[in-house]
Amino acid sequence: MHDLTSPSGAVAIAIMGSGGAGAITAGGLLLEAAGRAGWHGLMTRSVGPQIRGGEALAMVRLATAPVSAHGDRFDLLLALDWENAERFVDETPLDADSLIVADPAAGEPPAALRASGARVLPLPLDRLAKGVPEGRANIVALGALARWLALPLEPLEAVVVRALARKGANAAHLRQALAVGHDAAAAGNGFQRPLPPVPGDGARWLLTGNEATALGALRGGARFAAIYPITPATDLAEWLAPRLPEVGGQLIQAEDEIAAINMALGASYGGVPALTATSGPGLALMTETLGLAVAAEIPVVVVDVMRGGPSTGIPTKSEQSDLNIALYGLHGDAPHLVLAPISVGDCLFATQWAVRLAEALQCPAIVLSDQFLGQTQAVCDPPPADPAPAARTTAPVNGERYHRYALTANSVSPMAIPGMPGQQYTADGLEHNPHGTPSSRAADHQAQLDKRRDKLLRHDYGSAWAEVAGEGGIAVLTWGSTAGPVWEAAARARAQGLAVRAIALRLLAPAQPARLAALLAGVQRVLVVEQSHSRQFLGYLRAHYPLPADVQVINQPGPLPIRPAAVLARLSQWKRRV
Amino acid sequence: MSKPEILQLSRVAKDYKSDVKPIWCPGCGHFGVQAALFRALAQLDLPPERVAIISGIGCSSRLPAYTECYGFHGIHGRALPLATGLKLARPELTVIVASGDGDALSIGGNHFLHACRRDVDLTCIVMDNAVYGMTKGQPSPTTAPDWSSKIAPDGAGFRPLQPLAVALAAGASFIARGFSGDPNGIARLLVEAIRHPGFALVQVLSPCVTYRPEEKAWKQQVHAAGREPTADPAEAARRLFADDGLSTGIFYRGHPAPHAAATRPASCDLTAIEAAFAL
Repeated sequence: MHDLTSPSGAVAIAIMGSGGAGAITAGGLLLEAAGRAGWHGLMTRSVGPQIRGGEALAMVRLATAPVSAHGDRFDLLLALDWENAERFVDETPLDADSLIVADPAAGEPPAALRASGARVLPLPLDRLAKGVPEGRANIVALGALARWLALPLEPLEAVVVRALARKGANAAHLRQALAVGHDAAAAGNGFQRPLPPVPGDGARWLLTGNEATALGALRGGARFAAIYPITPATDLAEWLAPRLPEVGGQLIQAEDEIAAINMALGASYGGVPALTATSGPGLALMTETLGLAVAAEIPVVVVDVMRGGPSTGIPTKSEQSDLNIALYGLHGDAPHLVLAPISVGDCLFATQWAVRLAEALQCPAIVLSDQFLGQTQAVCDPPPADPAPAARTTAPVNGERYHRYALTANSVSPMAIPGMPGQQYTADGLEHNPHGTPSSRAADHQAQLDKRRDKLLRHDYGSAWAEVAGEGGIAVLTWGSTAGPVWEAAARARAQGLAVRAIALRLLAPAQPARLAALLAGVQRVLVVEQSHSRQFLGYLRAHYPLPADVQVINQPGPLPIRPAAVLARLSQWKRRV
Repeated sequence: MSKPEILQLSRVAKDYKSDVKPIWCPGCGHFGVQAALFRALAQLDLPPERVAIISGIGCSSRLPAYTECYGFHGIHGRALPLATGLKLARPELTVIVASGDGDALSIGGNHFLHACRRDVDLTCIVMDNAVYGMTKGQPSPTTAPDWSSKIAPDGAGFRPLQPLAVALAAGASFIARGFSGDPNGIARLLVEAIRHPGFALVQVLSPCVTYRPEEKAWKQQVHAAGREPTADPAEAARRLFADDGLSTGIFYRGHPAPHAAATRPASCDLTAIEAAFAL
């Protein structure tokens, strides 16, 4: 389900255009058709700051094996026009082997793109489109791309017609536009990056990380969500809103993030597993209530779809810079859970696990997704059916005096749910004794601090706490979405004869020192890879884990992704020194 | 071992009282609110396990632990969203918010506005003593501008907020005021407020005998509003703006339009939802 592989022979396509040109639509349809044809792939969108319209870029990567990251370069850049194209130059690295396809009527490609040495292939998209009734350049372009990639036309026609006929387009005209592009691409231009045919069994899924996260929450049993809109988490809420009621749940838009987390906590106190979703600024507002959830021992899940920070930062771009606030942002000694999905598909598993852990351990769980994972759409293998809902230990109604915060063997105390007769208690952020009565006595504080720590430490998290690939004296340590490029770089390093072990942590808190020590046995060198300027992950590792003396770090902040080549280059330096 | 069921015909006020000793000062108005709440719950004959008292921080917010109901003593200012989440998730429960002028109207002011307009079926008791008592005597949003305190020796200088008028403007559908020296009067208001199927605000003038001893004079100053509640918000606004802040009674009983979830029966079957992802 985590889909971490290193596709060889992947093809990377960028489609750009101004608002309304349909670049994102074309990219999405290309990915969906490729998925139907049996290929794997993903698409990330990049847009300007305009609320409506504005320039847009679709970055598509296709392969015959699962794809969890973008590569080092793009094979083909197709421009529907060049309006504000400079904005996207950094995101679409090209080289002399790349091809730029553009309508000559749109003018010359920007100098920054031409400087890559990429070959320019003129394709009169606009003229070809005008030759078809209701013809659109982006659909003509899709026909051309299908030819170059050896993508069968049938699935492409099917997805294009299904998507655009809804908006009133004529199916025959759409097929005609695709055929015109397909024919034009055949007219001898030299570009061929055919992917080998893969028999599609139709079993795969196509979804974004935010959708996978939301579905994971539903699978985990969450049936209440309270959300305040924030980029890039809003689409998660919009996916959940109509679906929660279908399974007996509900979503409410709160007046702010503080209200959102408190509503979720209130619902959970009432016995309904609950979540909220936000991004860094919202998480900052929620931290006081997370401390309350720790003290009152009430489960709640917060999904943080991280974006560039601090403050408003770069709302539409990915960064892993909320690690510190997720780990340390709570006041007081407040043990809690922090988890991170490591691929688009893994958003489902990690969030489902977070709901289950939160419910089992009566503790808040923060899920650190990010804009890349959340808003990238990927072809994934469907997760195995896993119907077991989250289990909360609830209090037996036995007529004895109820001690809400009783000290137990596993430090989890049975929780009464309002409505249970005879078990009434007051959940409290004030320190309390086992009965729940407020207490400032040293012995009570010590006992409850120990209890809240020990219930997390005594839980067996199993093997899911991290993903591991390969063996060797060099380990690459990472977490979250940077696992994608790390996995790819490590595989390429191994292909070059370098013994590299890649490790991605899925459970960040509580830390698992003994387990990581076991994974690092025999490792002499560690490369830490993180998308954070201030080396937050390295600091975390040093605080909790024994690392060998030779540690390097790639700490590249957003907005640009960490490319596999950057990781590979560091590993190759070590190879030369060996 | 479960005890044999005893058919309980009716409940009395002390059934709702816990054995936790209040931290309130002797003579604190909040004792009157506590007594009134217990009388109202007994009159409504609500099983204690079906009642949840939700609070924030402050002297008023200590109330939940002093009851035999379910309770949640949360963080400062956030009792209303906490209660809203509980009520939406568990609509069959009676959910009551215990708050104060600082908790509900200052740090929780934004939530106060939106709880009013959501009109979720909550009863919000604001124990108003026009002072921050727990932090030992600072001005609150309902304090007169010239009241001298250590933090503002010449007075805070701000016009006091009018909670009932604000609630009316924000969309609350039940608005009342009581006085803690008249527990039976408050109990009558609370019975009506709890029965009201929308957001019900009950401001209770509740003297702080320690930091605002002059509020003891409220006993001589409060007076019944003496009019039937109106369902006309414009009329309610006229009455509230003409009011001296010391009259008691139900000012407004509008037409509740509570937010409530339209949801299907609970299900673990996600097949139909997941099918949409299949290529």
